Amino acid sequence: MKPAPFKYVAARSATEALGLKAMHGDEAAFLAGGQSLIPAMNFRLARPAVLIDINPLIALDSIRAQGGGAVRIGALTRHRTVERDPIIARHQPLLHEVLPHVAHLQIRNRGTLGGNLAHADPASELPAVMLVLDARLRAQSINGERWIEASAFFKAALTTALRADEMLVEVEIPELPPRCGTCFVEVARRRGDFALMGVAAVIGVSEAGICTQARLAYCGAGDTPVRVEAERSLVGGTLSTAAIRNAAASAACELDPPGNVHAGKDYQRHLAAVLTRRALLTAFERCRERTIEEEHDGG
Amino acid sequence: MMAADVHTIAVKVNGTRHTRQVESRLLLSDFIRHELQLAGTHVGCEHGVCGACTVLFDGLAVRSCLMFAAQCDGHDIETVEGLAPDGERLHPLQQAFHEAHGLQCGYCTPGILMTAKAFLEATPAPSEAEIREVLSGHLCRCTGYQHIVDAVALAAQRLRSLPQEPTENGA
Repeated sequence: MKPAPFKYVAARSATEALGLKAMHGDEAAFLAGGQSLIPAMNFRLARPAVLIDINPLIALDSIRAQGGGAVRIGALTRHRTVERDPIIARHQPLLHEVLPHVAHLQIRNRGTLGGNLAHADPASELPAVMLVLDARLRAQSINGERWIEASAFFKAALTTALRADEMLVEVEIPELPPRCGTCFVEVARRRGDFALMGVAAVIGVSEAGICTQARLAYCGAGDTPVRVEAERSLVGGTLSTAAIRNAAASAACELDPPGNVHAGKDYQRHLAAVLTRRALLTAFERCRERTIEEEHDGG
Repeated sequence: MMAADVHTIAVKVNGTRHTRQVESRLLLSDFIRHELQLAGTHVGCEHGVCGACTVLFDGLAVRSCLMFAAQCDGHDIETVEGLAPDGERLHPLQQAFHEAHGLQCGYCTPGILMTAKAFLEATPAPSEAEIREVLSGHLCRCTGYQHIVDAVALAAQRLRSLPQEPTENGA
C-alpha cells in the first residue's frame, strides 16, 4: 500500500503548473486535496509519473459572490470552507445542504471542490449538484481558457471533458430562480459513505402556484451524474401529491442504475422513486419558505 | 530504474522543527512513524477510511495517509505525542478516555484524540449529536463507540472548566 515512484513538483504559479501539464500530458496529475488521488496511488490504481502539487496556488482557494445569488468558487477551495461559508449558505442552499454528506470532516478539511469534480466519481454527490444547478466550469491551459457546461463536463466514470493539458480552475453557479426551493437526499450504508442512490432537486413555482421550473439529478445512478426527462412533466402544472408521485415513478423508470454488491438495480430504482418524491416535496415546501423570505427582503 | 525523487522539507512537529530529506512518495504517516520515530500515529487502512492516522495539519484534523511528507514543507503538524509532552501528566482528553473507558485495544485512539482536540477547540460545548458526527470519521472495532462518545463529552466538560492557558505564540 505505497505509491509507485513519481516526480513531485510544488507549483509556484499557475503558469508553471499548466506548463508542466502541457509538457507531460496524461503522464502528469494535479494534486489538490488528494483525498481520492492518493488512495488510488496507494492502491497503485493511479501511477502518475509527475505529480503537480497545486496547493501553493492559494488564489484558487476563493469564494466570490457575483450579481444576484451567483457564486464563483475556486477549484482549490476545501469542502469544509464551502460548507461553512455564509455566502453559500444564503445563496446556494443546495450546495450548503449536500456538503455534510461528502465523506467525513477529516476528509472535507483537505478535499477540494475542483478535485472532486475533476475526479468525476459518479457516486459522488457534488457532480450531481453541479449538474442540477446548471453550473459551468472554467478550464485553463497554456493556450487559454474555456468554460464547460456541467452537462458536457462529465463524460464517463472518472472521465471528464478536460483535455490532457487543461486544469479545472473555477466553478460558476448561477443564481437560483426566484420563488425556488432545493433539496438533496441520499441513502448510504454509513454516514460519509458514497450514496447507494442520491437525488438533488430544484423546484420553482409561480405566484399562482404553477411549477415553472423542475430539475432532478442523481448520483450513484450510472456512469455519470444524470438528469431525467421526467423533470419536464412537472413544469406547467400544480405540484399536487399525485403529480409528484408520478414524476418520481417515471424518473425511477428512466434511470438505469448499475447495481452493486450493496444494492441491486431494482433496489436502486426503488430508492430513486422514494428519494425523488421526498426531495420534490421538501423542495416544494422550501419554495414557499424562501418566497416568504424574498418578500420580506424585498419589502 | 528511475532515480529517487528527493526533497528537503522543514516541518514543525509538536513544536519541534525538523529538517529532513524525503522521497516524494513517502506518505506523511510513514514520515511521522519511520523518520521521526513517533509511533503513536497508527496506520490502519492507508486509504483514508479508518481514521487511525489522523493528525492535525496547521490545526485541522486530516488523514496523514492521504498526504505526502513533501507537501509539509513549512507547515505545522501535531501528533498524539504532542498531547502529553512530558510523558507523565495526561492531557484532559487522554485522562477522560482513561476514566470513561474510551478505549480497549487502543489502535484507533490516537486518531480519535487528534480529531477530538481540534473539535473541542472549535466546539467547546458540543451536543452528543455533534460528537457522534465528528467521530463518524473514525472506525473502532472494540468499544462500540458509546464509551468514546462519553469520553469526549467528559473531556469537553473538563476543558471548559480549565482556566484558559496562554497559547504558545502568546496570541
